[in-house]
Amino acid sequence: MALNTQPVTINIGPHHPSTHGVFRMRVTFDGENIQDMEMVVGYLHRGTEKLAEERQYTQVITLTDRLDYVASMTNNQAFVLSCEQLLHMQVPERGMYLRVIAAELQRIASHLIGIGFFLQDLGAFATPVMYCFRERERILDLFEMLCGARVTVSYMRIGGVFADTPDDFWPAYRRLLDDLPNYIDELDRLLSTNEILLIRTKNVAILDPAQAINGSITGPVLRSTGVAWDLRKANPYDVYDRLKFDVPVGAVGDNYDRFAIRLAEIRQSLRMLQQCAIQIEPGPVRATMEMLFRPPPGEAYVPIESPKGELGFYLVSDGSIAPYRCHVRAPSYINLSLLKEMLVGWKLADMIVTFGSIDINMGEVDR
Amino acid sequence: MTTAVSGQDLADILRQRLPEAVVASDDVAVLVRVDSIVAVCSFLQGNPEQDFKLLNSITSVDYIDHFELVYRITSLDHNASAVLKLRVVGRDEPTVPSVSSVWAGANLQEREVYDLMGIHFSGHPNLKRVFLWEGFQGHPLRRDYLEPPLPYTWPQGG
Repeated sequence: MALNTQPVTINIGPHHPSTHGVFRMRVTFDGENIQDMEMVVGYLHRGTEKLAEERQYTQVITLTDRLDYVASMTNNQAFVLSCEQLLHMQVPERGMYLRVIAAELQRIASHLIGIGFFLQDLGAFATPVMYCFRERERILDLFEMLCGARVTVSYMRIGGVFADTPDDFWPAYRRLLDDLPNYIDELDRLLSTNEILLIRTKNVAILDPAQAINGSITGPVLRSTGVAWDLRKANPYDVYDRLKFDVPVGAVGDNYDRFAIRLAEIRQSLRMLQQCAIQIEPGPVRATMEMLFRPPPGEAYVPIESPKGELGFYLVSDGSIAPYRCHVRAPSYINLSLLKEMLVGWKLADMIVTFGSIDINMGEVDR
Repeated sequence: MTTAVSGQDLADILRQRLPEAVVASDDVAVLVRVDSIVAVCSFLQGNPEQDFKLLNSITSVDYIDHFELVYRITSLDHNASAVLKLRVVGRDEPTVPSVSSVWAGANLQEREVYDLMGIHFSGHPNLKRVFLWEGFQGHPLRRDYLEPPLPYTWPQGG
């Protein structure tokens, strides 16, 4: 007897534990196989770009914290770099080093979240996340020493950083740098050769390099396909040109590579943090400037390598105290461009894993 | 460092191949005619000497008397970046051709520009609102947008 079958459309999200926030997918299934996918976003849209048009440049820094809220430091950095280009401003060296230290610590914290929740999506419930959170906690403690806040930091200022480090920062920083490599090795041993993880992620949802570039994909997702494109190397900002590091790339571009590249990048970040601790010298951390300033009319865009990909603020100044236009080039949002292409043909269980491997943040997707 | 290809240099290259496409150029960007943007983009993407394979971002600015669209493109092999601009006049239904046939990554970004700035993209496969809900009145990132008086009218009441 022939079975009468027809495709079924299922709604997943916005309130679903695997959607990392409020992401919704309308998926058409043929049995368990994905035929079509449509993403629905906007549940966290707060109009950041519009709000920025009504605030002074310094006040926008607090808005940027709330974009990618697990990587606030890099959001701050992208915004202040664009402002400094608009003002043609020089930043003191110690300020630039402190920014790089904060940004690399933030990259480790963000990648740990990415790895932890990726494994959570894979079914390894709670244990890997707690391993990752244990290490992230120590990084947030350092942020608390730097600026008093742990998540929405607003640490960076136009012309440098908020304040110099307190006395107890450097001993804690060195202790963290001593401990973290072992933590990461432990995580690596626990996960990278796990048979279930390998079976579930190897050769699943492969993205090829040409397709990824055409889809405007950046960051770890692009590098996992084998393209060595890292803005810290290609267009160094702050003091990245003085640091030695490699750009890890993946071989296949599957879910496993997207996971493994984040572990490899954490190791590179640790290398950079070690060098920063040696190279940094005493001095001013912030250029002096007036409280209220009016940049000359013009436009600025400085892309940076945020943990998710290329992040940049396109600022247009009309000579007033507020930006005329402030556009956020949000990597989380644009990395979703090829989600449908990655998912079609795979099964429901792979959908959750693939979505987790892109590592998006809804605060940045919806803005 | 990434080489920022100046607008003049890019304009000279474009004039050789597409003589009618360039309107003006400055240090930063080259201003392109609206109806030749797809030809310009596919030329810059496909020509190995330029090789602008990556579309970084599409965004728009409302200058009251006209809208400006800003296309930021990068060549990964040459480590070079360039900026293309378009000007479109009229506030009722400004329309520009979609470049989503050239770059798949343009799809979502053009939807965002349409949603928040109200610029239509002809030839876009799926042009509908992305952040705001269907039935929302107006386009909030326009400079003359005014918030409607409360209470809001959601489709299902509220």
